[in-house]
Amino acid sequence: MKKFITDSFSSFGLARVIILGFFVFLCVMAVVLRLNISELLTSSLVRIGMWGVLVLAMLPAIVSGIGPNFGVSLGIVCGLVGGLTALEMAFRISHVTEFSGGVLFFIAILISLPFALLTGVSYGWLLNRVKGSEMMIATYVGFSIVSIMKIAWLFLPYASPEMAWPIGRGVRVQISLANRGVTRVLNNFLSFNIGDIVVPTGLFIFFALCCLLMWIFLRSRTGVAMYAAGDNPRFSEAAGINVNRSRIIGTTISTVLGAIGILVYAQSYGFLQLYEGPMFMPFVAVAAILIGGASVRKATITHVIIGTALFLGIQVVAIPVANAFTSDWSSMGEISRKIIQNGVILYALTQAGGD
Amino acid sequence: MRVADKTIVSQSQEGVRVKKKIKGFLTNNMVTIMFLILGLLGFLIAGMSPFLFLMDIVTRVSRNSFLVLSLIIPVMAGMGLNFSIVLGAMAGQALLIFVTHWGITGLPGILLCMILVTPLSIFLGYLTGKLFNKAKGQEMIAGLILAFFAQGVYELIFLQLIGGVIPMDNRVLIMSSGVGVRTTVDLSFGLKYGLDWPGLTLGMPTLLRPTLPWVLSFFGVAGTGLLIFLYFSKKMVLSRLKLIAGIAALAAVLVFSINEMIVGSQVNLIRVPLLTWIVIAGLCFFIYFFSQTKLGQDMRSVGQDRHVAAVAGIQVDRVRIIAIMMSMVMASWGHIIFLQNMGAFSTYGSHEQIGLYSVAALLIGGATVTRATIGQALLGVFLFHTLFIVSPSAGRQLFGDAQVGEYFRVFVAYGVIGVTLAMHAWKKLLEASSRLEN
Amino acid sequence: MSEKNLLEMKGIGKTYFGTQVLKDINLGVKPGEIHGIVGENGAGKSTLMNILFGMSVIHSTGGYDGEILIDGQNVEIFSPLEAMELGIGMVHQEFMLLPSYTITENIKLNREELKPNVFSRLFGQNIKSLDFSSMNAQARRALDKLSISIEEYVTVAGLPVGYMQFTEIAREIDKSNLKLIVFDEPTAVLAESEASSLLEAMKSIAQQGIAILFITHRLDEVVEICHNITVLRDGQHVATKGRKATDVYELAELMVGRKVEKMTRQKKQVKKKESLLQIENLIVHMPGEEVKGVDLEVFQGEILGIGGLAGQGKVGIANGVMGLYPSKGKVLIGGELLKLNNPRVSMSKKLAYVSEDRRGVGLLMDSSLEMNIVINAIQNQNRFILKFGPFSLLNSRSIREHALKMIKELDIRCTGPAQVVKHLSGGNQQKVCIARALTMNPGILFVSEPTRGIDVGAKRLVLETLVQLNEEMGMTIIMTSSELGELRSITDRIAIVTGGKIAGILKPDDSDVDFGLLMSGQKSRKGA
Repeated sequence: MKKFITDSFSSFGLARVIILGFFVFLCVMAVVLRLNISELLTSSLVRIGMWGVLVLAMLPAIVSGIGPNFGVSLGIVCGLVGGLTALEMAFRISHVTEFSGGVLFFIAILISLPFALLTGVSYGWLLNRVKGSEMMIATYVGFSIVSIMKIAWLFLPYASPEMAWPIGRGVRVQISLANRGVTRVLNNFLSFNIGDIVVPTGLFIFFALCCLLMWIFLRSRTGVAMYAAGDNPRFSEAAGINVNRSRIIGTTISTVLGAIGILVYAQSYGFLQLYEGPMFMPFVAVAAILIGGASVRKATITHVIIGTALFLGIQVVAIPVANAFTSDWSSMGEISRKIIQNGVILYALTQAGGD
Repeated sequence: MRVADKTIVSQSQEGVRVKKKIKGFLTNNMVTIMFLILGLLGFLIAGMSPFLFLMDIVTRVSRNSFLVLSLIIPVMAGMGLNFSIVLGAMAGQALLIFVTHWGITGLPGILLCMILVTPLSIFLGYLTGKLFNKAKGQEMIAGLILAFFAQGVYELIFLQLIGGVIPMDNRVLIMSSGVGVRTTVDLSFGLKYGLDWPGLTLGMPTLLRPTLPWVLSFFGVAGTGLLIFLYFSKKMVLSRLKLIAGIAALAAVLVFSINEMIVGSQVNLIRVPLLTWIVIAGLCFFIYFFSQTKLGQDMRSVGQDRHVAAVAGIQVDRVRIIAIMMSMVMASWGHIIFLQNMGAFSTYGSHEQIGLYSVAALLIGGATVTRATIGQALLGVFLFHTLFIVSPSAGRQLFGDAQVGEYFRVFVAYGVIGVTLAMHAWKKLLEASSRLEN
Repeated sequence: MSEKNLLEMKGIGKTYFGTQVLKDINLGVKPGEIHGIVGENGAGKSTLMNILFGMSVIHSTGGYDGEILIDGQNVEIFSPLEAMELGIGMVHQEFMLLPSYTITENIKLNREELKPNVFSRLFGQNIKSLDFSSMNAQARRALDKLSISIEEYVTVAGLPVGYMQFTEIAREIDKSNLKLIVFDEPTAVLAESEASSLLEAMKSIAQQGIAILFITHRLDEVVEICHNITVLRDGQHVATKGRKATDVYELAELMVGRKVEKMTRQKKQVKKKESLLQIENLIVHMPGEEVKGVDLEVFQGEILGIGGLAGQGKVGIANGVMGLYPSKGKVLIGGELLKLNNPRVSMSKKLAYVSEDRRGVGLLMDSSLEMNIVINAIQNQNRFILKFGPFSLLNSRSIREHALKMIKELDIRCTGPAQVVKHLSGGNQQKVCIARALTMNPGILFVSEPTRGIDVGAKRLVLETLVQLNEEMGMTIIMTSSELGELRSITDRIAIVTGGKIAGILKPDDSDVDFGLLMSGQKSRKGA
């Protein structure tokens, strides 16, 4: 029994124990300090729902063997292009017809899909050529794409008034979705209250649907091949599985989920964030799935859900708790996020072992 | 059975060989050549005054070279591009804050910073080295993430603890709330130019005014002599191509300085911080010297093949840790040199991009993940900062928007790292598969 | 040579996790003596050398029995570094060279000559400068001892393997205290002319008073240069013979010996020998197991054994036919040409394969037993899935049924079809691999090293399973194994592979001498 406990402890990992302990500590403090618990829970639920799909995007990447997708910003950029184009379209044809926010949201997803598919396939092709160094190269491909998009945002011909600066060139840094009624369109769908807690039903239905589709996919012939290719490439070659193709499929699904994920995020947040916005989002998603118990080689849907809840939960609770102690600690929430997020990624890297 | 025997080749073969050599030179130095052209085009488009450009580039080269040079030793030890130099930069910055607080100024202040930061960065280097040894083969991504992690710890200390938990009473440095260092630290009345000390700067309109052309022409003549000597010395360290290129460059310097002597011009506005240059030259010499020592040789051995080195009895992990410690110390000094020249810094931001820009500069100079030389580092600093200087104006000229140029140079930094890493990984994969083929 | 022994190993024994792998080995080597050690794979040669070098694998598993004497002194060696200090050197089978270093730098690796400088007075030994001129001189001297005229300042990258080998040897010779040098299969990678100049060099090293332990399987080389020869078999010391008192034939016989009695098999009524699989001039680029032109014919319903020593290419044949390593040549199945280099095609032609690398290629270690059994059929035959247009979903019920059937038929000991295979024992894992192959309904089953790394009882079960498949289902089996004993116990014919080619095909009851000779690359007596 004792061995069982130590075994499960070590498989859970020291870093995760610390993080879980920290989370429990924060929650206890929140109760002790008499913070508004229902408010905290409400915003936790929203945060979990809005990040869920982005964290889920890590799953196919890890399963197919390319590791955590530090380059999911490629998908995010595709999603942003889809979102902007949908808004622009709504503006251009606004004299003919008006779309409801929900329809516009799905139009944005539809527009971003071809971009994400194309990007995903070529990105997968690239990653097949750099096996063994995927994480580093994915990171820098992500950084490069975000920084070249900064130039693109200056030149893309979006003219809708909520996007373009009144004077000068280019698209705004933050684009409000409120005018077109997209803001919180998922969150508010079927949403209900339990006491003071607001449950963003639509957001959770959407996330659950994504998870379900992923679960089914992993049980298809292609999904099994992808899992095998990631787990043991040599085995898979011998079993007649095209490993490179499987990795490209995994990368593409991850990119597509990145595109959908940012749109889910944006509708909840109320703004599309351009320029620096997508730069460091991948790191949050990577950290979340790792905190959930995944490693750089293994991940499950459970890891996605636990990790998202835990990591985003901490972020929501940490700030008010720190502020309740002393008003000087206003940056504590952001600082603890940085330390936890990067600490857990570092931990996972050391656990992966050398080459 | 002689392998190294020189064989006599006919004239036509010689021609083919030269062509091949030139082609090889071009493909091997593609990145550098591309940036040379890019920089030149940018310069022409920007339409800058050559003297303003020269002024700016001299300043930038002297403040960035040390940092870039600090990357060389980990590359030698096979640990790739050391993105964790950001930690060294943080340590240097921390000491600048403390020494400013203590009110020690000028050169003594800078020296004190450098002395005190050394044990701190050795300690940080030790921890980083330990971490890298646990993540062998993933050092670069680990270094990058470590820098982000350290950023959190740094903010914790300087934003939340100092003034509160760690007592520090200083109206100028600490925020009005009494906790946390202000977001910018001004060194103007303290450590600014501590090392670049104006008394040792060439551009001063005093005694030294007429000397620059003379110094330059002395270097021109002496350099040419040295090159010719090296070319004819038996060790064959110089190829003919390098000889011609070197002599051409030095001839340009000579022509320029003779023109200066006869005509005279704005060149005296250019400030050359002599002491800083001496320090940089000292570091170059040290790196060269170090590569010829036992420890340096061990690092190169470990860098080539950890397994073989271990079988030969080299303590691989220890050597790797030492490499990171050395790099960390150099980075902390480098960042101090960088900031004393800037004269003011953003407390929570000025170290963030140090890793990115230094690595990008090194790569633009033609270095790779497995090979970096002093020459590449210096050339890289020059080319990268040329781009930095010219791209905003070039952007304004071309698109009517300086922002484009600024975004472009950031993209270039990320892009060049991404491309170099991808090329390296791809090459490694091809080599592995070709080894299987044979 | 009446001097005292330089090295003496007395009653050496070694047990790994309860299995005795070495037992009572006695060995004595005099200065200037070349002492050959021959034996099959697994005879214990490398374990013996690991003990001599104090490798950590020995000490982390409980040390060894017996004692080692050097110059009459009882020594205990706990690390390769200590072995080096005692004057024992090793020329590795894989080169331990740094390609971008010069020959000098490789010879002096971690033993560089140093000279002090200003800084070294401050920072110590590590900062001393390298003294290249004296390093070069010493490297030159070592190379001259081997009468090699290659320049010491040439970089190693791109040198022919022969030179690399000599660089390795020069490195050992350069050690001033060198007394004994071990050559581990040094001629395996060399061309014939290079090999003979290596043997010459070995002789001249021995003449300088250095003792040599020469590990090889090339019996002619042993007989040519060794003074004494020790034969190991199954971890036991079989004999030590003087060169004059023995010959290649005797050594071959001693090396192979008879180990396993024939398994009780019904005598098959061989109807008509019908050719099922023809292999013509097959070349397979499998690193370490290169196949260099194999011709082989397999008959319907037989068990064909493929034997030979490790590294000779026997394992490459099955890997090549199954498309796992790049290959060239002609393979005909039932007269039909097989497209090579594509595992899917090979599997579609009713070929199935149980890999020699069970952990690396054979299993998805973290997946369930049932998934391991059906995955090939899912991917290649679209079985065990439900199809919905372009979409598919695993058919868990049929998977479960099939897995239970296989567990029963092959008697796989497990907690159930959902158990993760990494928790199974080696023998049961092997059965899972066989089950996967059988799920493909193969016409020909390739099985490589089926008993490697599993315990004795389980070995027998696995072999019996193979015989059963052959006899009851009439399956044609091609079994590759390093253990001659097990090949002889269940196969109908045995092809011996040496140097990437079929050296000959023997019957299981042919004599030990014939097997020994074929395996060590000699012509069999019958052929001569």
